[in-house]
Amino acid sequence: MKREDDFEKRRKHLKKLSDEELFDKFWGLAEEIVQPMLDLGRENTTPAIERSILLRMGFSSLEAGPIVEGTIAKGLMGKGCGNIVWKLSQKKGISVREAGLLLVEGKEWDSVETLFNA
Amino acid sequence: MKLNIDKKLDINELLKDLENYSPKRRGWHWREGRNKKRKVGDFEFLETSENLKNSVPLTGSRGIGGIDPQPDCVITTEIASGRFEDDIRRMRMAAYNGADHIMVIRTAGQSHYDSLIEGTPQGIGGVTITRKQIRATRKALDAIEEEVGRPINFHSYISGVAGPDIAAMFAEEGVNGAHQDPQYNVLYRNINMVRSFVDACEAKKIMAFADILQIDGAHNANATAMKAWKVTPELLVQHAINSAFSRKVGIKPQNIALSTVPPTAPPAPCMRLDLPYAVALRDLFKDYKMRAQQHTKYMESDMREATVTHTLNLVMSRLTSADIQSTITPDEGRNVPWHYNNIAAVDTARQALNGLDGIREMVTLNRDGELGKKARELKERAILFMEEILKIGGYFKAVEEGFFIDSGCYPERNGDGIPREINGGVGAGAVFKRDKDYFAPVSVHYGKNNIPKGFKKASDVIGGDTFEDRKKIVYIDELDDFDNVNTRLKDVSKYQNSSLVKPEVEWAADGIVTTSIFLPLDIRTAEFAAIKVGEKMGLEDVVVVHKRSIHPSEGTLVEIKGKVKFDIDINELVIPKVIPLLSEEEIRADIAEKPLLIVAGTVGNDEHSVGLKEILDIKHGGIEKYGVKYIYLGTSVPCEKMVDAAIEAGAAAILISTIITHDDVHIKNMKKISDLAIEKGVRDKLILVAGGTQVTHEIAQDAGMDAGFGRGTKGIDVASFIVKNRRTKS
Repeated sequence: MKREDDFEKRRKHLKKLSDEELFDKFWGLAEEIVQPMLDLGRENTTPAIERSILLRMGFSSLEAGPIVEGTIAKGLMGKGCGNIVWKLSQKKGISVREAGLLLVEGKEWDSVETLFNA
Repeated sequence: MKLNIDKKLDINELLKDLENYSPKRRGWHWREGRNKKRKVGDFEFLETSENLKNSVPLTGSRGIGGIDPQPDCVITTEIASGRFEDDIRRMRMAAYNGADHIMVIRTAGQSHYDSLIEGTPQGIGGVTITRKQIRATRKALDAIEEEVGRPINFHSYISGVAGPDIAAMFAEEGVNGAHQDPQYNVLYRNINMVRSFVDACEAKKIMAFADILQIDGAHNANATAMKAWKVTPELLVQHAINSAFSRKVGIKPQNIALSTVPPTAPPAPCMRLDLPYAVALRDLFKDYKMRAQQHTKYMESDMREATVTHTLNLVMSRLTSADIQSTITPDEGRNVPWHYNNIAAVDTARQALNGLDGIREMVTLNRDGELGKKARELKERAILFMEEILKIGGYFKAVEEGFFIDSGCYPERNGDGIPREINGGVGAGAVFKRDKDYFAPVSVHYGKNNIPKGFKKASDVIGGDTFEDRKKIVYIDELDDFDNVNTRLKDVSKYQNSSLVKPEVEWAADGIVTTSIFLPLDIRTAEFAAIKVGEKMGLEDVVVVHKRSIHPSEGTLVEIKGKVKFDIDINELVIPKVIPLLSEEEIRADIAEKPLLIVAGTVGNDEHSVGLKEILDIKHGGIEKYGVKYIYLGTSVPCEKMVDAAIEAGAAAILISTIITHDDVHIKNMKKISDLAIEKGVRDKLILVAGGTQVTHEIAQDAGMDAGFGRGTKGIDVASFIVKNRRTKS
């Protein structure tokens, strides 16, 4: 879009504002702009977020990648990868790390689907 | 690991037992002892912090008591040659010169790498950010901060499509600062906008936990826009979006720093253009920190010009405020920064900040006139920008319509912004809705988390995560058999712990040197002639790094770089021994027993007097202190007069100062004094001593003097020599 500088015309409603009012307006607008993105963050997850969670659960970057890919393939990202690993460990009575490594090796993916049936 | 100032940092030692290393601390560090008056040497400073335990002061401090006052703001230097093992040595040098914020640029392409990278692969235009390189660097910095006596902030980037991964690793490895701004991903790295903001929520949440200081990416708008001085309203908007977003995620405002650059540079009237922006920014963002970056947009290969622009930037910092003063190396317009140019940039900062200390006590900004008016106008323009973002349907819509990086000064629009598609870009289609039973079993997490019944907090489910128990971190050493630090160290092993040495600017033994050449030629011919000069000097891979026409036909300055083909064996060097000095008491006793009279003056047509007076006067620790009597003949003294005065007064020595070196006049003066003494038959009786900035003992002896003294000479050096020489004569 091309547009001439029409600042004087546009600013009419701002002209009378005090510096404090201008300050409050500036931050009010900024907060209004970012609110939808904060909501998106609250409601969604991504491969990077899930990898980050797996790293903090004690998996290496080489291990976290395949677990996330497997989860996407099974359509279970909405559950959370860490959740899947933890639930699998519960089901099999093994440690979280052992459960994760089974998934890294491509095992147990079929039983993963049954973890959330209840 | 403990460092010894007299020994090089041992990289092999650093790499030992890295898998078990834990960083000393977490979180950002501001300098200690700010906001109070401090006496350093003869002066009272208003804007300093605690002195360093060990440092190299500015060279000018030689005449000012050797002081090294440390400005109150954190000083940044950017070090990223692609080889962390070489960068570590440079970090040590930078810290020793007053930098306490070490910023590591990432290798090209890491933004689009959808995972952490492991090992120590060499980077291009930056360092590959991996756990091993970060841990090794942090370990080195933990030792370096002990050496200088001040905590060092280590900084890199939490951006790209692996932001949350990197944030977790940084929190675990004690990284103290990071760039994080989803707008940067969207506009400059073409990463999907929804993905960028969702990722940023998690990354910022982790940064808040680890007390990592955040720097935003707004300054890139300045560097990208066609006319940088027109994007200032947009800069305010970009800063606001990232600041408001970060604060809502949980980062405290004192850990949110705005990356702000004076957008313009000379020959534009930059101070008048940029000051209203700097003032508007500080008014609106008074709760946040200012990271004052130096200007690069209009920077070319002229290091002098870059330094002047940066000095003006520093004036701006002191006239307004700066919590972190970033520096840009003056060679950034030529090549990836070199060792000594990091130091040059840090020197520019501390020199200007020292010089401008407390200036606001005497100079205030006049906000009643044009400055206040312009600052207000910029704020209003930024508000109008944000109103239009909301009017058309929000941030994502505005990006799709190319609102950002448009070179018009908003509301003016030039239609040359950078538009991005909401469903496009790297990482698109990889955002997944969390189900009702979504769960992340970690201690730090943004957004919905359905903690199972019976557990107090999410990470209890797994018995604690790596933030609570670092033993759970899985450390990977190397993945590539060839592209790693061990191979690189092997390649330069003949220079490690050996007497062989090669010049270097970036990597161990890279052999690179620069040469400045003036040629009485036009610019085009001069460029090729200079390359030939370099080749004939024996340099390999000669490249022109800077050229400047001085006159279309009369001449051009060309600077070249090239590689030397040889090593130097320091065991083969002939280094004259440092002559041991007599003690002050011994000199005094000798002179008390046998009085010493000398004549002194600056010879030739030379009006310099400061250096010689320092050697003579008691108040500067000169020879007078030891009981030496002297007849000072002043400046521009003819050589004949010096010798005649010595004969007439019966002096034992002549002390000449000779500063001007044009056409080797300093050497000619020394020879003349010696010849005259011989001619008049007094050479054996007189001790002849010369001093000057370009005088060395060898040059002086070759010119017939008994001794020569250069820069840094003190009265005791001269007194000791004369007393010793007099003993041999008698």
